[in-house]
Amino acid sequence: MAKFRMHLLVCGGSTCRSSESDLIAESLRREIEEKGLQAEVQVIMTGCFGLCGKGPVVRVMPDNAFYVGVKPEDAPVIVAEHVIKGRRVQRLLYAGTAGKEPVSDPKHNGFHRKQIRIALRNCGFINPEDIDEYIARDGYAALGRCLTEMSPAQVVEQIKLSGLRGRGGGGFPTGLKWEIASRNKADQKYVVCNADEGDPGAFMDRSVLEGDPHSVLEAMAICGYAIGATQGLIYIRAEYPLAIQRLKTAIKQARDYGLLGEQILGTNFMFDIEMRYGAGAFVCGEETALIHSMEGERGEPTNKPPFPAESGFLGKPTNVNNVETLASVPVIINKGAGWFSSIGTEKSKGTKVFALAGKINNVGLIEVPMGTTLREVIFEIGGGIKNGRKFKAVQTGGPSGGCLTEKHLDIAIDFDNLIAAGSMMGSGGMIVMDEDDCMVSVAKFFLEFTVEESCGKCSPCRIGNKRLHELLTHITKGNGTMADLERLRNMSLVIKDTSLCGLGQSSPNPVLSTLANFMDEYVAHVSEKKCPSGQCRDLMRYTIIYDKCVGCTACARACPVNAISGERKEVHFIDQDKCIKCGACFEKCKFAAVLIN
Amino acid sequence: MGKLNSLADLTKIREESRHRIGLRAKSDSPEGLVQVRVAMATCGMAAGARTIMDFFADELDKRGIGAIVTPTGCMSYCYAEPTVEVQLPGTEPVVYGFVDLKRADEIIEKYIKNGELVEGIIPVNYETID
Repeated sequence: MAKFRMHLLVCGGSTCRSSESDLIAESLRREIEEKGLQAEVQVIMTGCFGLCGKGPVVRVMPDNAFYVGVKPEDAPVIVAEHVIKGRRVQRLLYAGTAGKEPVSDPKHNGFHRKQIRIALRNCGFINPEDIDEYIARDGYAALGRCLTEMSPAQVVEQIKLSGLRGRGGGGFPTGLKWEIASRNKADQKYVVCNADEGDPGAFMDRSVLEGDPHSVLEAMAICGYAIGATQGLIYIRAEYPLAIQRLKTAIKQARDYGLLGEQILGTNFMFDIEMRYGAGAFVCGEETALIHSMEGERGEPTNKPPFPAESGFLGKPTNVNNVETLASVPVIINKGAGWFSSIGTEKSKGTKVFALAGKINNVGLIEVPMGTTLREVIFEIGGGIKNGRKFKAVQTGGPSGGCLTEKHLDIAIDFDNLIAAGSMMGSGGMIVMDEDDCMVSVAKFFLEFTVEESCGKCSPCRIGNKRLHELLTHITKGNGTMADLERLRNMSLVIKDTSLCGLGQSSPNPVLSTLANFMDEYVAHVSEKKCPSGQCRDLMRYTIIYDKCVGCTACARACPVNAISGERKEVHFIDQDKCIKCGACFEKCKFAAVLIN
Repeated sequence: MGKLNSLADLTKIREESRHRIGLRAKSDSPEGLVQVRVAMATCGMAAGARTIMDFFADELDKRGIGAIVTPTGCMSYCYAEPTVEVQLPGTEPVVYGFVDLKRADEIIEKYIKNGELVEGIIPVNYETID
């Protein structure tokens, strides 16, 4: 059917475009027309290849040759050698592919070592509402293997050996958690899936549940077998209606196949799963608060110990795991703990899904091996900063994490390195900020979230965060003093030390990390009453430049609060007491006579 | 198929379904059907993926092209929703981003009918496990 025998794909991502990839496409087209091949070979610009560091990139289909660092003057040789004679231009080939046989499927060809999909393996690939498609991708094979070939202790051992750590934020070793739950004796135990994803800007759990719900169900059954539980519960926020619907469909299909229920796959193992809905409180992502919410109590955390593994849901031993953690479990059983632990860093194994958001070109999900650097994530896979602006900071770990700057870009991302750098992994949200973002406002934004989401049970979190937020507001309004900065830091440390649960213990992180990395911006706000990024409205001053004003009255007529006075053909004046900083005068002025500072 | 009573039952379904989605994964047989997969997670649907999926299903039928149109999860290119993956028999799958009705029509007329690529291609930038 295909009329064209060959396609040349030229990267049209913004980085490649800035190094003349459109000229490359043009020269390739010209060469092809000169050789009279336009009916057989098509040249097309595509989206970003995620290899921005090596751009411009040209890919030849169906041969799968990957040319990097291509220049417009390379077009003739690519056409003459590759298109006509079928010989690859060795000097331009991507080093990772040199000497390798072409593989027809781009998802398995080793070009993109930077991203490996384990938790997202089926997302965007199978139909999530068809259990057969999941089974075709080795679905439920891991459960089958556990039930028929492995003892519960062996399953726990495999997970321990794999080095898998909790993907929800804490990074606690999953195998150890399972082992503790398996050791505690009780007439009933529970497996809980924590799908209460609440960080602003994080959406990987939702994507897994919507794209591959069976992987979570299978992992829960495996966990049930390993720890001796027969009942699973999925705690999911009601704001995820599509994920809920797909989970319900998946549970029904699994029950129909007898993969949930009694005598699973003809063995004596029984396990079933029910859903529990959360009302969307951030604190319910904390496992004790989550359990109380499921019990119908207020979603408030309690002191640990006792840990849920001893006394959890309804006082029974309970194992709580995050969605992404669970989604990795079947793969570990299928491919072996050794395979999994060969990926990643010494203490953080496997891959991590990140949700890229903010001022970044390729907003979306990525899954990279632990140990990938922030630079690779932001500037290669993420395609760099939007509109060619300058990178300023990246907030990892959501409101519990901290912001990292230029100097942190080359650290290898894993649980421990991020903590050492003053941030944390969290659930994997990454909010990228550029030079236009005010770091004081960013800290204020996250504090606003924490204040709203604090359950109010302990005073440091309830009152302390409120005070932090007030101080930050004070500063952004231009009323702060240097003593306030010290107060911010001291109060943050007290809140961290004395709060009851993880929410309060981590909520001052955005303040502490911005204080550490962007002290100059805080100082500008308090001593010069200036916002270097021009984001804090209250610190902005609109003035009229004497020399440029021609007295056209356009600004005075545009001003909604009549703050501008002046006669026709005379210089106008803005009354700062009346000015509400709406910017209408700035937009209206045709003579660039309105100055913002 | 009713309840699976053994590992052998599971393996049987796996083999049967593999054959079915094998068309999608490799699609080496030129006689196979055109596969169209529409990313239908929250992000996609918010961007109008439902309309696009209906369009493909109706129009491919009307224009007499043998195709299977299926929903799938998030392809992870959230900046380019709606995203659609099209696989012609015997070729590699191609992902198109920012698919509106006009582009969907182009994909059918140019790519599916003639093998001519259209604007909006998102190159695969990851590796997945088997």
